[in-house]
Amino acid sequence: MAKDGDRRPEAIQVTDLHKSFGTHKVLKGVSLTAREGDVVAIIGGSGSGKSTMLRCINFLETPTSGTIHVAGEPVAMRPDGAPSDRRQLDRIRQSLGMVFQSFNLWTHRTVLENLIEVPVHVQKCPKDVAVERARKLLARVGLAEKEGAYPAFMSGGQQQRAAIARALCMEPKAMLFDEPTSALDPELVGEVLQVIRGLADEGRTMILVTHEMKFAREVASHVIYLHNGQIEEEGPPDQLFGAPRSERLKQFLKSVA
Amino acid sequence: MIAVGAFGLGLLIGICGAYGKLYGGPVTRDLLGIYTTIVRAVPELVLILILYFAVTSSLNTLLLAWGFERVQISGFVAGIAVLGVVQGAYATEILRGAILSVPPGQIEAARAMGMPPLTLAWRVTFPQMLAAAVPGLANLWLIATKDTALLAVVGFAELTLVTRQAASTTKAFFTFFMAAGVLYLVVSILSTLMFNRIEAWARRGQVRQEGR
Repeated sequence: MAKDGDRRPEAIQVTDLHKSFGTHKVLKGVSLTAREGDVVAIIGGSGSGKSTMLRCINFLETPTSGTIHVAGEPVAMRPDGAPSDRRQLDRIRQSLGMVFQSFNLWTHRTVLENLIEVPVHVQKCPKDVAVERARKLLARVGLAEKEGAYPAFMSGGQQQRAAIARALCMEPKAMLFDEPTSALDPELVGEVLQVIRGLADEGRTMILVTHEMKFAREVASHVIYLHNGQIEEEGPPDQLFGAPRSERLKQFLKSVA
Repeated sequence: MIAVGAFGLGLLIGICGAYGKLYGGPVTRDLLGIYTTIVRAVPELVLILILYFAVTSSLNTLLLAWGFERVQISGFVAGIAVLGVVQGAYATEILRGAILSVPPGQIEAARAMGMPPLTLAWRVTFPQMLAAAVPGLANLWLIATKDTALLAVVGFAELTLVTRQAASTTKAFFTFFMAAGVLYLVVSILSTLMFNRIEAWARRGQVRQEGR
């Protein structure tokens, strides 16, 4: 990622992030820089804090301390870590497309309505423009025929692809993926990974929390291994997966292989 | 009709009450807890008498103390206010449960996409909780239509009271009370049909689970 002399602007920068739930310290000072076009994969065992780290970036979890910059702009925080400027936060959240493990599509709206919801009702984009954009995205994720369907009647793989299209429809600057394939049946994982790979190939900035090691190795430009709320090791994927230095990472890779 | 006003006021109180109970500070929550507990524990007839006579007299005492004229509260306004307060307590609990039934992930998705709180409540929470709230609210509405009969004690002329007067003047008790009963029944059946349609609409997009 941040090689010396790399002139690409920083899309997301997390600095010395701490997060505690009560007395339990989940993150103990983690940092991350994603420049435009970077694909950063965060891996680690369960309870390592990788999802929490991702969720702190768009303040679904309130950090205890640390700073977060999105496109060079610091997110305004109160001393206790809570976001202090709701308008700014909403604007920043719209520039970060989030994809959840459990899809979280709105079940009372059709697929097309899910896609145009935020563009039309929050971003105030004309409806016909939003619909046109939504149809293009649905075609891209292979769901052109499903625009009138309700999410509950679709497979998990279809729902997750619709959820990715929904995030893209608000034209975010970067995408955040929180274990996007962990809730899927094994035979449906491929179709979702293929969509994510397509986004990586077109140079989208992405941060990806995943258990799919092979996939992380293939698409990521930088991999972070989290253990007990700290970055145990990080680097380019070939180095991390091919020649891990820390004992813990060696153990971890062995256990998931 | 008085029931419409009372139901409307009750809904309004219920929405505020439910949000207050779920997201309000400890003081708000305690006050609402006291409100829903007392109102639901005391018989409505007693509440109507307390609220109507106690509120009227204390209001008048206040007004006189501030140098205003006495006011006579009309039975209509008082009826709506009293039944509205009672309905509000029940609606608070129905809506609180309904809001909790909305999958948290869907609310989180809306937050993650930068949806402001009011838009979120209106576009995500409300339509989603409707499915869970409609059966309870339909019950509440049916109770409202019949509770209006209790307002007779504060001198408000509604169906039951008028029927009794008509029946005792003409001595044709059976005819008049049958007619009144049929009227209540018609109102109930029509409302049930309407609520069924609303619920079917609110449940669009949900997979029907048989045998529930």
